[in-house]
Amino acid sequence: MNDDSQSDVVNPTRRVFLRNTGTTAAAVFIGVSGAPQLNLTLTAEAATEENAVGANIDGAVPITLRINGKDHQLRIDPRTTLLDCIRETVTLTGTKKGCDHGQCGACTVHVNGRRVNSCLSLALMHDGEEITTIEGLGTPDAMHPMQAAFVAHDGYQCGYCTSGQIMSAVALLKEPCGPDDAAVKECMSGNICRCGAYANIIAAIQKVRHNA
Amino acid sequence: MHTFEFVRPADTVKAVAAAGQAKTAQQGADIRFLAGGTTLIDLMKLNVETPSQLLDINRLPLDKIEATADGGLKIGATARNSDLAHHPTVQRDYAVLSQAILAGASVQLRNMATTAGNLLQRTRCVYFRDTAMPCNKREPGSGCPAITGANRTLAILGTSEHCIATNPSDMCVAMAALEATIHIVGPKGTRAVPIADFHLLPGNTPQRETVLEPGDLITHVTLPPPVAGSKQLYLKLRDRASYEFALASAAVVVTVAGGKITRARVAMGGVGTKPWRSTEAEAALVGQAANTANYRKAAEVALRDAKPQSQNKYKIELAKRCLTHAFTTAVTG
Repeated sequence: MNDDSQSDVVNPTRRVFLRNTGTTAAAVFIGVSGAPQLNLTLTAEAATEENAVGANIDGAVPITLRINGKDHQLRIDPRTTLLDCIRETVTLTGTKKGCDHGQCGACTVHVNGRRVNSCLSLALMHDGEEITTIEGLGTPDAMHPMQAAFVAHDGYQCGYCTSGQIMSAVALLKEPCGPDDAAVKECMSGNICRCGAYANIIAAIQKVRHNA
Repeated sequence: MHTFEFVRPADTVKAVAAAGQAKTAQQGADIRFLAGGTTLIDLMKLNVETPSQLLDINRLPLDKIEATADGGLKIGATARNSDLAHHPTVQRDYAVLSQAILAGASVQLRNMATTAGNLLQRTRCVYFRDTAMPCNKREPGSGCPAITGANRTLAILGTSEHCIATNPSDMCVAMAALEATIHIVGPKGTRAVPIADFHLLPGNTPQRETVLEPGDLITHVTLPPPVAGSKQLYLKLRDRASYEFALASAAVVVTVAGGKITRARVAMGGVGTKPWRSTEAEAALVGQAANTANYRKAAEVALRDAKPQSQNKYKIELAKRCLTHAFTTAVTG
């Protein structure tokens, strides 16, 4: 059965759906207390525009971030980390927030080809730089070899750390790293996997390295 | 996180002028230079650091690593830790520095963290990082709960009744053994400070961690020419095999001729309130036969003044063995 026709009708992301649900709930509450009737269409459009440029809050500053080859004109609070900007403002939610203090690696992205902890960096530091997130590596239909290797070797359990693991693993391919498993473990020590999928993660990485 | 103004100074002169308006020097100041951000942004999230202005120096031309006229090495303030650790000259002539940097943090953090930022790295003492707790370093005069509290990872050398926080850096320990010099430009001009004099003991002013004054910007670090024939090693002992701070570490640079030690440089990490050079241990080694018994004697000298707290007495023996093993491994391979 082909579900495309159905999913094309309305294809909201979970994020937009939740946001609009929340807005609706608030509007309904106001409605009960005598406010005018709510207009769902307008609410949805406002939320979409907000996503595109960032909230026009007091003290927000403009910035252009280049993510996965595309320029994003944004307005952000100067306190916004690169991680929060990627996830909340640009709504690329493949990059995950784990510890938010540079201790777990879930937020790993590439800046100018090098892996960094996006949680410990301000978005404002990165205007004009090339930022790559997990969404920029591959797609479900055309996976990056490292993504395919993680699938083939079962390099995850819950999957929360996986995008950070893969971003680190892809960067590792171009870094000085010894050939053996011990060297890979050391180079990957900045990415914590709470499920303990390490053995399979190492196997996936070594497979890609041997194929390279 | 408190609000702040984000500014990108056009050059070092403007950066120094802007930072010179700060009430205090860099660490904990209201106007702070921002480089890699791995310490500063972490502490801003915890409201331990609350600057009103950040001066982004990442795009200033301070990231070069190049030879000096005297055969030494000049390391730019914003040279990334990973670039420094993998620089061919560092790997060949200053191996202890490369090893120390690679023993710290993770690849991601080393790709961000800078030379000057590492010099100014702040302690991981849990009381310093928790604004609900007193801390003389964070709030002078509020007290030090670490002395009667969780102090297993804290310092045994250079402590005071006001602060026992450990300096967390690996890089600085190697630089201490290599006798690096810190180059500073400030409102009053330029100056050069030996790394041994750069970090301050806590004494009764633990909030002041270095000799930097308001507006002072570290521009670069220089290393003297490598010592021909010297053997170098950084040994780090910690709770897990990677991505963890030192409980004890040792950086040794040693020259042996005819079975005798002719020159030795010794610095320790994880045990001191600053990167801990022991000139006493160095003096105890020179002229002695290069053997384990003499390394152990030097280690006894290095830890002679150690003052353990309730939970970290183990560090005294750990540091001695660390130092002894580092020398043994460096000399005999």
